[in-house]
Amino acid sequence: MALKGEPHYVAPGDVITANLGFMRGHGTYESDGKLLASVAGVVERVNRLLCVHPLKSKYNGEIGDVVVGRIIEVQQKRWKVETSSRLDSVLNLSSINLPGGVLRRRSAEDEVMIRDYLKEGDLISAEVQQVNSDGSLSLHTRSLKYGKLTEGTLVTVSPSLVKRCKNHFHNLLCGASLILGNNGYIWISPIILDDHQQEQMRFQLPSTPGSSSVKTVTHVATIEERETIARLRNCILALAQSRILLYDTTVQYAYDASLKYEVKE
Amino acid sequence: MADFEYLSPEGLRSDGRRPQELRVLSCNISHCLQADGSAYLQQGNTRVIATVYGPHDVSRRSEAQHDKAFINCQFSMATFSTSERKKRPTGDKSCLETSLALKKTFEAAILTDTYPHSKIDIFVQILQSDGSDKAVSINAITMALIDAGIPMKDYVCATSVTLINDTPIVDLNYFEERGPGPELIVGTLPKSGKIVFLQVNSRLHIDNMEKVLKEGMNGNQRVHTILDTLIKKHLEKSILT
Repeated sequence: MALKGEPHYVAPGDVITANLGFMRGHGTYESDGKLLASVAGVVERVNRLLCVHPLKSKYNGEIGDVVVGRIIEVQQKRWKVETSSRLDSVLNLSSINLPGGVLRRRSAEDEVMIRDYLKEGDLISAEVQQVNSDGSLSLHTRSLKYGKLTEGTLVTVSPSLVKRCKNHFHNLLCGASLILGNNGYIWISPIILDDHQQEQMRFQLPSTPGSSSVKTVTHVATIEERETIARLRNCILALAQSRILLYDTTVQYAYDASLKYEVKE
Repeated sequence: MADFEYLSPEGLRSDGRRPQELRVLSCNISHCLQADGSAYLQQGNTRVIATVYGPHDVSRRSEAQHDKAFINCQFSMATFSTSERKKRPTGDKSCLETSLALKKTFEAAILTDTYPHSKIDIFVQILQSDGSDKAVSINAITMALIDAGIPMKDYVCATSVTLINDTPIVDLNYFEERGPGPELIVGTLPKSGKIVFLQVNSRLHIDNMEKVLKEGMNGNQRVHTILDTLIKKHLEKSILT
């Protein structure tokens, strides 16, 4: 039985309960009127629902999640994005904002240009718009927050380590900005300008339709910024290794604690 | 070769074990950070690495199954794993046969219907071969799958058994495997006692079958106890703080 307090560890095949009053959630299955675990992990009980959370698993997307992903394929009207999820995610051409915030007109022309916006190997930040019936995710980048990522470092950790928060975009005090993707992909970059400033930049630098990226590179990181980013990356990896939940406070604390150590070549 | 060499008059085997005694089993879970799940398992001098990738998208359209996951299994033996150096680690007939057998075994144990359109890759490599390669591989894959968080009905535990002087001998080493007796490898789901893998090499008399099989199943129960303790320890150690 799932008791409160002490964590209840189970392994595949263990009987969680023989009481039929419970609903079976993720990581469980029913056999001979008993509820059994199908993964190794901790039993969680929400009212009458019993789930088992494994230590590690693939990313299970939910609507509204912030994810970081890599374009792996360009198709007719959409991109395939790798988000460490069970199936490749989809980013439709209709669910992005064009460079310069121009509204897209459905035309054959920009279907041809699709590779100019995002191409294979590009990293993007996006939001989960929909979970399809087969379990794959549809993404969208219809906000200035999202889009192509340039200039920065990607760190991959287990998706279970990223805490679900209200905000996944952080400008840390140490002078770097952090995107904590729910899928365990974390993007560290020099401070991204806020929306207002970005808007101004767009007016100053109107992107031509042929420009090769959604966000143009306007900035080259200095050596100090690079050091900060490298330090943050190591902090995140250290936190992940000791299995500490990642959110802005933990990362900031780890960063502060690391300051007594020097960055070495 | 006379039989007394396999089982001494005191009832001890060539390596000093009792007939039903398993070799020392140790396992390093999650040693490979790149993979979704991995395990290094050592049973006596047989050492095996198993890695699991997935579930992920299928690489070829033809692999996609609308109602369940596709399982891909590759068994290989390192060129340095046997006393005589192997030419190629994989690709020979026996490796292909083992791959297929392992694939079928784990199709029976993994709850594949939770992951339609997906693919699960299982790679297993023998680093040092000292008998019971298939059985140890099955145990290692089980640990790797559990590490990857892939839902399974139960552990899959396997042991090999032979018969010497009408005494069933469990968990064979290389010397015993090459001996005159028949070899039976049995993989079960220990909780329900269902058999998911069964292989008999050379002839085994039907009257002895039950006896040998029973001893194999008992061996699997013991393997299960050891693996379960290892998994529970691993869970306690790496729980989120």
